[in-house]
Amino acid sequence: MAERLLEVSDLTTHFFTYAGIVKAVNGVTFTLDRDETLGIVGESGSGKTVAALSLMRLVPDPPGKIVAGSITLKGRDLLALKPDEMRHVRGNDIAMIFQDPMTSLNPVFKVGNQIAEVICLHQGKSKREAWAMATELLTKVGIPDPEQRIDQYPFEYSGGMRQRAMIAMAISCNPDILIADEPTTALDVTIQAQIMDVIREMQAQYHSGVIMITHDLGVVAQMAQKVMVMYGGRTIEYGPVDEVYYDPHQPYTWGLLGSLPMLHETIKHRLTPIKGQPPNLLLLPDGCPFSGRCPYELPECAGAFPQLEVVGTDHGVHCWIPRDERERIRASLPRFKAAAV
Amino acid sequence: MSILEVVDLKKHFPIKSGMLRRTTGQVYAVDGVTFAIEEGETMGLVGESGCGKSTTGRVVLRLLPATSGSVVFDGVDVMAGTRAEVQRLRRDMQIVFQDPYASLNPRKKVKHIIAEPLRIHAIGTEAERKRRVLDLLEIVGLTAEHAERYPHEFSGGQRQRIGVARALALNPRLIICDEPVSALDVSIQAQMINLLEDLQKQLKLTYLFIAHDLSVVKHISDRVAVMYLGKIAEIADSSLLYVKPQHPYTEALLSAVPIPDPKTERERRRLILEGDVPSPANPPSGCVFHPRCPRMLNDPCTLSAPPLTVTGDAGEGHQVACFFPTSYGPAAAGPVGS
Repeated sequence: MAERLLEVSDLTTHFFTYAGIVKAVNGVTFTLDRDETLGIVGESGSGKTVAALSLMRLVPDPPGKIVAGSITLKGRDLLALKPDEMRHVRGNDIAMIFQDPMTSLNPVFKVGNQIAEVICLHQGKSKREAWAMATELLTKVGIPDPEQRIDQYPFEYSGGMRQRAMIAMAISCNPDILIADEPTTALDVTIQAQIMDVIREMQAQYHSGVIMITHDLGVVAQMAQKVMVMYGGRTIEYGPVDEVYYDPHQPYTWGLLGSLPMLHETIKHRLTPIKGQPPNLLLLPDGCPFSGRCPYELPECAGAFPQLEVVGTDHGVHCWIPRDERERIRASLPRFKAAAV
Repeated sequence: MSILEVVDLKKHFPIKSGMLRRTTGQVYAVDGVTFAIEEGETMGLVGESGCGKSTTGRVVLRLLPATSGSVVFDGVDVMAGTRAEVQRLRRDMQIVFQDPYASLNPRKKVKHIIAEPLRIHAIGTEAERKRRVLDLLEIVGLTAEHAERYPHEFSGGQRQRIGVARALALNPRLIICDEPVSALDVSIQAQMINLLEDLQKQLKLTYLFIAHDLSVVKHISDRVAVMYLGKIAEIADSSLLYVKPQHPYTEALLSAVPIPDPKTERERRRLILEGDVPSPANPPSGCVFHPRCPRMLNDPCTLSAPPLTVTGDAGEGHQVACFFPTSYGPAAAGPVGS
């Protein structure tokens, strides 16, 4: 049995703004084991980034606040830690790679200084030792000429190299958990492939658990073993990647998969998009956030959010539509017709 | 006959520096691009950022003057015409821009934005234009009440529909779509792709579809041109491109796109390119892809640029610019055993 690193239960993060309460994350539950990659997918505004920032306790307060739930890292309750204890957890136990490497590196410090700072702070090394370790890390993440590159500023790096430097910084203290928040969205596909490769290599070497946040279902299929589909701040479906892709139970998951053009398919299907617009997080319905957009909506959908229904090994779904009815509808959708036979 | 013929099109931007703003170099944004589009087809133009695909689109419309080369639209030379002649041509050639936030004037109501091309070309009376705007809104899936609103009241997907309605106002024959779906979420992106496909059928449009997302381009296009550093690497039928890529860059690009299908992903052979795209201000000698190419040989790759030549079965229209194209067999980047 793999070591359980993280248990998140009923995590709820709200933002208290003048316009009202923004329910960015609304009762999210998941776990992460060692050597495992969890993909969190959702469209913009689904709450995936706020969920990750909540794990790091980096949600700006005010206006944001974790109002309910628990985050347990190897038996320690992260929400009960004092700020300076939490600072020790960040970097040491959980590290994060942000979406935009242009804005998450400090432009006025050399890359080497920024990586060495983390090592000095968390491992109590001297500056000279830290600098040597930083050079080694840059080599590991595949930056050519690390001795010269370490002495340069972020503007002298290309986008892909900046993201490599971010990864070097994140793995510098050998964290148990690596959170990658859309690490390749700003990059071209051939560079994305390089970065994914580096993340996979680092995970194999350090045996970390990785949380990959993305809007790209292809990236999840490539990187993750488990996937959590988020919509309107809620987990809508959760399970092993194969189950969620080949046996999806939530109409939103069907919609997402049906919206995607498939590069490898020779026959051209017409896309089946989801109608309407994503919900306004200020005016979320009490019930299922997908109600109003869901083509198979029942009267109870807008009333209350459905309980978790277990539909397979570690595969859960939140949906009011009865299971046999769901399977019947799905078999009629063009995207899943072939799979159902 | 082709509706659009582009031959050896070049667009170089001068780099100016110093107090006298002397030209100290050139950015070779588009450097010898040749392709043709048939009436009613969709031609995809795909490549990574900085490869010159958007510049190509703009030069074709003469929104930017070309450095050299020719663009012929329906037998008329776009590059040679006077201002008035070009304006007349633009009734038939329109563009939809990438950023639905920057391409609509925030101070104008939607009805003004959509009627603007009609006003510029002095088409119809005020009342006729008003009717046309309402028709156009309906065609792109919006309603009459949207006409009185301002762009900020719309979501990204709806704004992009307004951009499409504006492009359709003059009943064009060719529409250049410059990354029309890249700023949108997947579910909205699919709505937009279906809309563009429906409009093409209804109005018999021809598209030049520019995007960096290979899956989207392959889905919507009949033929796809792959660009790298200002040059076309390969042109192929979209159904052939994934199965029989000829250029090593196309292979790498295809294998780098993650496919939303876990089993396919596990079985794929990945081909990862090293390094970054070189600067178009200082492109490599010979074949521009040679520093990153797994098949590169010093002679001839570093010495001369391979011309775009026909490959494969005649009639398939497959063209590639490589000295060592993949032998015309099963695709190296494709799924194993399928």
